[in-house]
Amino acid sequence: MSDPTSSPSSRVQSWRTWLLTEFPASPAQARLGRVYVIWLRFSANRLALTGLGVLIALLLVAAFADVLAPHSAVQGDLMNARLLPPGSPGYLLGTDGQGRDILSRLLQGSRLTLLVVALVAVTAAPIGLLVGTVAGYAGGWLDAVLMRVTDIFLAFPKLVLAMALVAALGPGIENAILAIAIVSWPPYARVARAETMTVRGSDYIAAVRLMGASPGRIVVRHIMPLCLSSLIVRVTLDMAGIILTAAGLGFLGLGAQPPLPEWGAMIATGRRFILDQWWVAAMPGIAILIVSLGFNLLGDGLRDALDPKEADS
Amino acid sequence: MTPAPSLAPETGAGARQAPAPSRAFVRGRVVLGFLVTVATTYLGLLAVTFFIGRVVPVDPVLAILGDRASTEVVERTREALGLNLPLHHQFWIYLKQAVRGDFGTSVLTTHPVLEDIARVFPATMELATLGTLIGSLLGVPLGVLAAVRRGGILDQIVRVVGLIGYSVPIFWLGLLSLVLFYAQLHWVSYPGRLDVVHEYTFSPTTGFYLFEAAWTGQWTILGDLFAHIALPSVLLGYFSLAYISRMTRGFMLTEMSQEYIVTARAKGLSEARIIWFHALRNAAVPLVTVIALSYASLLEGSVLTESIFGWPGLGLYITNSLGNADMNAVLGGTLVIGSVFIGINLLSDLLYRVLDPRTKRR
Repeated sequence: MSDPTSSPSSRVQSWRTWLLTEFPASPAQARLGRVYVIWLRFSANRLALTGLGVLIALLLVAAFADVLAPHSAVQGDLMNARLLPPGSPGYLLGTDGQGRDILSRLLQGSRLTLLVVALVAVTAAPIGLLVGTVAGYAGGWLDAVLMRVTDIFLAFPKLVLAMALVAALGPGIENAILAIAIVSWPPYARVARAETMTVRGSDYIAAVRLMGASPGRIVVRHIMPLCLSSLIVRVTLDMAGIILTAAGLGFLGLGAQPPLPEWGAMIATGRRFILDQWWVAAMPGIAILIVSLGFNLLGDGLRDALDPKEADS
Repeated sequence: MTPAPSLAPETGAGARQAPAPSRAFVRGRVVLGFLVTVATTYLGLLAVTFFIGRVVPVDPVLAILGDRASTEVVERTREALGLNLPLHHQFWIYLKQAVRGDFGTSVLTTHPVLEDIARVFPATMELATLGTLIGSLLGVPLGVLAAVRRGGILDQIVRVVGLIGYSVPIFWLGLLSLVLFYAQLHWVSYPGRLDVVHEYTFSPTTGFYLFEAAWTGQWTILGDLFAHIALPSVLLGYFSLAYISRMTRGFMLTEMSQEYIVTARAKGLSEARIIWFHALRNAAVPLVTVIALSYASLLEGSVLTESIFGWPGLGLYITNSLGNADMNAVLGGTLVIGSVFIGINLLSDLLYRVLDPRTKRR
């Protein structure tokens, strides 16, 4: 270990040069180098890092909610702990009308928020990607039909359509997620289609086609990867909106059903006590605000890092 | 391409340029394309609401007759409602009814759904219009100033206002502002549209209360109406402001980097003149679309706001119907909001064409 070249700082230095080289020796090196450049741009943005911090905190809280929560999220102490104000001994953020610890409910509720966000992202984004790339690459009548369908869904206001869907399917967190996914995919299809149109006529696509690749292979292997970065940005920026829609459905009683500690539904129960025990409704709202703010900051930062051209507009 | 016969009468100049399709023809085709787009979108809207109506787990026959009716009666009702017909046939009937404006009867109010909507919609429109007015009258100047002094205090304010506007749950902010401005400070009136005291002295013939009270000079009532509408409209205005100011800033930054601004400066025009008369004049074209979109989204966003402020508009109507499994009313309301959405988009598209001379030439 006495060799001066292996001191930690110089090893970091050599990693840097390996990542930032102009002449990558392998595809892996080129790819890692690109990710590193994006990370450098991203990490220079303090607000974006804050957003990332919020997301990581949310993940940790959701993972360790059982350990972190001091009380049960469902079972309250009606005898001694009803509607205690924040700062009461043992109840940091106070208790609700059923004597349940609000902090514990918020911690457990983070799982529901994460569930909604994750499920909507993994269902709506691939659907949008598929519709958009196929429409953009195929063109012609297929494009016209697919985009017509997309426009129809875009013509509906999101929350109202989600409300009508939940009303038909029956209230509950699963149906709320399904409804939000159904109303969320059209913008992704638009983004993916626009991206596809710009690369469709490029030389390398023509080259792949000449080599005999099928249209399916071209779309999946050569076009979809190119749409990913703008799609990720769009999905991240949409997360706040998805959280707010889910909370809105919960507030109207159409989302998660009691006793699930969903943040929007918690605000709805706090509404009864709003004049005297403001904290019951106020605390879940603060949680929603922090998490959606985090996603918005993260999305802004990702957009600036992935697409420096757009950063100024 | 061979010129197809034009639908509109041709002007002399247009007719002589035989190889190129005449301007009237192009315009006719644009209009036709527009109409086809609107028609298919509307058809799609109807298909979606029809489909949602079919998924409902509640059996409409059961809802009408209850579970004690005999099988024979159930069968007869099913036939009377057309539920035994094939799906495409049912959709055709649904289409015919929708074209006539017949969305069925609301179970909750026992009135035809369209009649109900016509009664409650003006309230929503009044609220959304006031909100958009607040949002654009404040948002446009704010966005312009933020772009002009980029990185300055106003620019930071626009950024923070935008971020919070995109992140805060509107119903939560509404509840808290009610606690503060109504319960604590007594600056505004309680939820609802009008004080109970005035319910019987004020009998408007239209749904537009503000306008009517001002028209007939009932100033006490007008003041009371404002005390009620102030908080929800400021709240909606805030969300509209967040969106409009951010977009204005972006458009202005683009315009200010154009070469005609350099020319204007070289001519020695004052900076204020350049900003407000040259740059904003051009930024106004896309801004019209933004303001229209924000207006449309306020009509929708009012669902939650109306529920908080007990505002008797379309949003509250839909929420109340939802709570009572009144699907006719829910779907009718959804359809109306969807149609308004399409209509506003169309209108902004047309305005865009009128305001931007470049689009006319195409």
